[in-house]
Amino acid sequence: MAEAGRGDRPLVEVRGLTMHFPIYKGLFRRRVGEVRAVDGVSFDIRQGETLGLVGESGCGKSTCGRAILRLYDITAGSICIDGVEIGRASQATLRPMRPRMQMVFQDPQASLNPRMTLAAIIGEPLMEHTRMTAAERTARVYELMDAVGLNRTFANRYPHEFSGGQRQRIGIARALALNPRFVVCDEPIAALDVSIQAQVVNLLEELQDRFGLTYLFISHDLSMVRHIATRVAVMYLGRIVEIAGREQLYASPLHPYTQALLSAVPEPDPDYEAARRRIILTGDVPSPARPPPGCRFSTRCPKVMDICRRVAPELAEAAPGQFVACHLYPATTPEPTAGRTGGTEARPRAPAGQFQQGEPQ
Amino acid sequence: MTDVLTPPAPEAAPKPPRSPWRDVWDQFRSHRGALAGLVIFTLFLLAAAVGPYIWRVDPTFITIRARNLGPSWTYPLGTDQLGRDMLARMIAGGRISIAVGLTAMALSLVLGTLVGMLAGFFRRLDGPLMRLTDLFLSLPLLPLLLVMVMLFRESLSQRFGPETGIFILIVFAIGITSWMQTARIVRGDVLALKEREFVLAARSIGTPPGRIITRHLLPNVMSPIMVSATLGIANAIITESALSFLGLGFPPDFPTWGRLLFDAVDYIRDYPSRVIWPGVAISLVVLSANYIGDGLRDALDPRIRGR
Repeated sequence: MAEAGRGDRPLVEVRGLTMHFPIYKGLFRRRVGEVRAVDGVSFDIRQGETLGLVGESGCGKSTCGRAILRLYDITAGSICIDGVEIGRASQATLRPMRPRMQMVFQDPQASLNPRMTLAAIIGEPLMEHTRMTAAERTARVYELMDAVGLNRTFANRYPHEFSGGQRQRIGIARALALNPRFVVCDEPIAALDVSIQAQVVNLLEELQDRFGLTYLFISHDLSMVRHIATRVAVMYLGRIVEIAGREQLYASPLHPYTQALLSAVPEPDPDYEAARRRIILTGDVPSPARPPPGCRFSTRCPKVMDICRRVAPELAEAAPGQFVACHLYPATTPEPTAGRTGGTEARPRAPAGQFQQGEPQ
Repeated sequence: MTDVLTPPAPEAAPKPPRSPWRDVWDQFRSHRGALAGLVIFTLFLLAAAVGPYIWRVDPTFITIRARNLGPSWTYPLGTDQLGRDMLARMIAGGRISIAVGLTAMALSLVLGTLVGMLAGFFRRLDGPLMRLTDLFLSLPLLPLLLVMVMLFRESLSQRFGPETGIFILIVFAIGITSWMQTARIVRGDVLALKEREFVLAARSIGTPPGRIITRHLLPNVMSPIMVSATLGIANAIITESALSFLGLGFPPDFPTWGRLLFDAVDYIRDYPSRVIWPGVAISLVVLSANYIGDGLRDALDPRIRGR
């Protein structure tokens, strides 16, 4: 299979990804349960596309992103990046894989070591994975700083001397240092001012065009995801409830949770804004340590049925290219596996210009 | 905001990355106390190192007729109850005291940092190592030191000679019984630091644990280590004095600052200067070490630098 469709195969294939964190309690620190942060998530990301991963706080988006890069030892599931299975690989065998997959972190303040200069921070991946001399490394660091729009004279400064947007640029430069193919952006704009958010997102898009990057863009900002993503996955309490192409998802959300989520996005046009009907969910998100039986959303769903409280719905194709995990939409065609999640139907939506594979310079 | 989007003009040639130690030194210089401390500490070190070659008087030579003299040109700091030259004794004593203080501090620092770092970083080692730390903390130190001296004094003296043997024993004894505070502080800081995102970022880069520790964690726990280092010097000098006082340190005729102090205590009413000199020396060394530590801690923190 790997040889058959190298060009056709998605860059990232995630199957049944599960990440449980054990809870220890009591005098003897006995294991009393686990937080099901991510519970059986499957999706594909094709070369050059951006998958937006949205959901409210605590639904497991960030954990999902980190687990895909194997920053955690996953509980179950398989992760295949560029045809290599890394779900069970040890950290030592993963090390040579690391240059291909990188991460941009949420908090640009916390993700930079306060005791390192900018040159040292951006140069760290180069130091770890290449045999460059100091001069070559400096040249590459300058190159990267140019690419993300940082002044070269900043190389000797420390992270605390920069603004939030600049710090995020440093984080992006570090992630790009080794020419990765796949970048997980873990809410890269959540900690920034709105004016800076646009700059950073535009920078990410520009870099995607230039270097042929593939993004997993984690965010809770729906309008930003609409702007950058080619496909969008909606998560709720550790599961994906809906995954579809961007236009399709925003035009006709099928899952009640997605509908509620999208109804909360403010509308810039006052006429539409007046007509906007917000679906207000009642209650709180259940604890991921004790998720409800059946559908995870059944406790808050406005359209809840009897079956929802008993049987957990599987992700199934409800409309072409649109997969929903909800009993409201009986699967039109029986789905043999969850493996078809990121269907080929979504493909035409990826901007053609982003497929080019190119090394920087 | 001040994001600079335009690439720099080509004529503005950027400076090559500077060594971080230059910045540290620049900041250290701006800390007056630290600079004064450094000067005083260096003077003491010089006096201890070069002093015996300039003031060529045997610190153990007894001139029974010149007992209990005050300061004069022949005896700048006077003589003690056996007519030994106080200046020569101060110099010889400073040699031992500073050497013991620095080495014992270094030993306890290395031990404490190692234990704290391993316990904080590797979850599996945390329990055993911290229980070991608790065990050492609960040991009564003085009896432990006495037992160690009793057990190992002879064999070490035979192998390395009486002076070096005792030196090794005392440094080891002080080092092994004073690392626990450092270990606890370092562990606490590492536990907090390793959850920070920059450590996660280093892991996503593929930095192995060893280099995460040396590159990311160690520089960030430098401040508490510096503080316990400077306190450790004082502690070591004082513990050595106590041991000498109990007759378990260096041989009785062998001068150390602690020994001089305790010898002079009997004569404090008649000749207070004999207590004051070693006392002042100990205080000055400890104080200057503290100031150096303070300055270093500030200089090593880029956020404080340049203020």
